[in-house]
Amino acid sequence: MEFRDAWAIASKDLRIELRSRILTNQIAPYTLLILVLFGFALDADTQTLRDTGPGLFWVAVLLIALLAIQRAVKIEDDDAAKERMLLTPVHSSSVFLGKAIALFIQLFVLEILLFFVMLALFDLSVEDPLLICVSAVLATIGVASSGTLYGVIAAGVGVRETLLPILLLPVLAPIAIGATRTFGDAFGRVDADGWAWFGLLSVFAVVYTVLGMLAYGQLMEDA
Amino acid sequence: MKFKTIESRDGQPNATSSRSTRFLGLCLALGVPILVLFAFVFSPKDDTMDDAVRLLYVHVPVAIFSYIAFGVTAMGSIFYLWKQSRWWDTTAHASAEIGVIFCGLTLVTGSIWGRPTWNTWWEWGDVRLVTTLVMFLMFIGYLALRQVPATPHVRAKRAAIVGIVGTINIPIVNRSVEWWENSTLHQQSSLTDGNLEDLTLFTWFLGTLIFALAYVWLMIHRFRVGWLSSEHDALGYGAAIEERKAEAGIDTEAQAQASEDGGPQ
Repeated sequence: MEFRDAWAIASKDLRIELRSRILTNQIAPYTLLILVLFGFALDADTQTLRDTGPGLFWVAVLLIALLAIQRAVKIEDDDAAKERMLLTPVHSSSVFLGKAIALFIQLFVLEILLFFVMLALFDLSVEDPLLICVSAVLATIGVASSGTLYGVIAAGVGVRETLLPILLLPVLAPIAIGATRTFGDAFGRVDADGWAWFGLLSVFAVVYTVLGMLAYGQLMEDA
Repeated sequence: MKFKTIESRDGQPNATSSRSTRFLGLCLALGVPILVLFAFVFSPKDDTMDDAVRLLYVHVPVAIFSYIAFGVTAMGSIFYLWKQSRWWDTTAHASAEIGVIFCGLTLVTGSIWGRPTWNTWWEWGDVRLVTTLVMFLMFIGYLALRQVPATPHVRAKRAAIVGIVGTINIPIVNRSVEWWENSTLHQQSSLTDGNLEDLTLFTWFLGTLIFALAYVWLMIHRFRVGWLSSEHDALGYGAAIEERKAEAGIDTEAQAQASEDGGPQ
């Protein structure tokens, strides 16, 4: 495995996303729409929105992650891109890593946007910015690596749009719990030690990155 | 692979039962009424749980065997990736289906038991409840993946990876829920406490034995259905065309012989 190959694949995916502008023109507005809908659903009570804000943030991230993963799979479906990639002398673990890095960068950009809009709409203040950054990075690595793995499992399947959420969302339960807890502590909304979740989020990210690198080659050929 | 099953006149199996499964089924048919008798008539009420204790004769065994079933699925998945054997894939699939049914029963009976005992149908802070629910949802996804049309090997490989990853994820989910609320309404195991009455303990063991038999009986039948189904799929269109030709009275063997001899002059 070479990191240079992984970066080449990541930059390819990011370049396609930049040119198609689906991330900026469709997924980003959808992200904001989710926050507005949460506001409607939970009444105009700012206190309720402040208390539930960390959880709502990560629910929104998981929903947009599903869209981003579907996009990442579709890139390989179009113009027989996957078959051409299989012909290149690039190790499958590099392909996995490259696609996961591209997904991580896209999700992280969307999270930054979502975060600042949430601060404004829900009137939240950050008490521990370092905890926010570290937990967001670890949780996003977990989502990106597991999403890339499950994305290729659901690839080439007619019912991919409905199958992927059923497969992926239960697996992401530890991320939903852990990242919500750390954000709750960083916003000063819950009485918990957010740093205690550092280990669990790290384990999740490492386990899924390793599993993805091991299994991706087997799955990519059949996708 | 051939099973000693009931066969129709043309030699094809028309049922998944055999002498051993009929014996197991008979044991189950006799065992279930005996368990009902012990659970509702002979065993006493509990001091704290009152009549709700009777649900535990079902709830605890199905919970145990749902975990065993998912363990068998994980084992079958690992062996499939190692040996590429259809036997292991069919085992993993059969066990996952039974595991999902048992896991669903665990959640339903636990919820019914929780209402009078804990005064709530569901408790989000309870580690075992939430872990079991997430596990149930993960394996529903596994079964959904198995229904997706694909070649047998591709489907088996995808399902095996999801089965293994899902099982690896269970301890992470368990730990995350434990840290999340760190509270449980589940009492410590009454078995190790030694607080159970003799008859209660006997009924619980009887329930475990009955559900062990049920798991084995269902596994054998579901495995055979899965195996025959894959055999049928493997026959493919060729066999279907031959059947239709036979129905139409076209003698394919005679035609083949004629073409070998140079055909009609």
